Amino acid sequence: MMNMANDIPNWAAALVIFFLLLGSVIIVIGTLGLLRLRDFFQRIHGPAITITLGTGAILFASMILFTSTSQRLVIHELLITAFVFLTAPLGAMMVMRAAVYRVRRQKQIDDLNEK
Amino acid sequence: MRTMLKSWLPSPWLSGCLFAIWLLLNQSLALGQVLLGVLLAIAIPLLTAPLRLEFSPVTRPIALFRLLSYALVEIVRSSFNVSKIILFSKTKNVNSQFIIIPLDMDNPAGLALLSCLINSTPGTVWVEYFSDRRELSLHVFDLHDENWWIDTIKNKYEKPIMAVFE
Repeated sequence: MMNMANDIPNWAAALVIFFLLLGSVIIVIGTLGLLRLRDFFQRIHGPAITITLGTGAILFASMILFTSTSQRLVIHELLITAFVFLTAPLGAMMVMRAAVYRVRRQKQIDDLNEK
Repeated sequence: MRTMLKSWLPSPWLSGCLFAIWLLLNQSLALGQVLLGVLLAIAIPLLTAPLRLEFSPVTRPIALFRLLSYALVEIVRSSFNVSKIILFSKTKNVNSQFIIIPLDMDNPAGLALLSCLINSTPGTVWVEYFSDRRELSLHVFDLHDENWWIDTIKNKYEKPIMAVFE
């Protein structure tokens, strides 16, 4: 484990670096979205890129790295991808529905107050 | 024989997935792990049977594969689009809108798949499905042309999904 850096072939190292950088940059941009965008409905789209392309690229880098160093296929990262694909949309949908509900309720309250 | 198989393995696809997940998690093909995996693959579907809804089975796996590869390309493409907007657009110029899309599909499994694909694609979030009117409400991050969205969802997603479960 100590000398792992020496065992990686150059092409694998290049791919790993590329995907790690891509993933990290995407995650930073997604987080930046939270800061820059104006309201809740826009901000929900910022982190969407971190959970798809961001995690995807980093998991891909992990698969390449451990497959090339351990001389066998390491693909259990695919499980993380599968679970993210099943759970993240549900989370997004629930948060979205809660926000829509809040807006509608606020409208109802405002309507009542006007009367 | 067939009825016995049916009562022990009510959902073979789920059992297969559970078996594969177990072996992937343990990263081993040792006899003990394989046996444990078989045990779990039989026990979990039986124990969770009361929780499951009746879903129509996937009849055309190739269509599903083609749909998922299209969606993957689309996810990567829209990730870069959203990144570009976050980095370079003035946020007051970003036209975020709710849009309504009429659907022809009312298959629950198909709608579940559609919602996962739409929510996984950056830039679109599923808001609500009105089952009485068969309409879908979406929130789009940066809307340019509403008809383009309706066309894309209907032709690139809805039709292939209906083909998968037909």
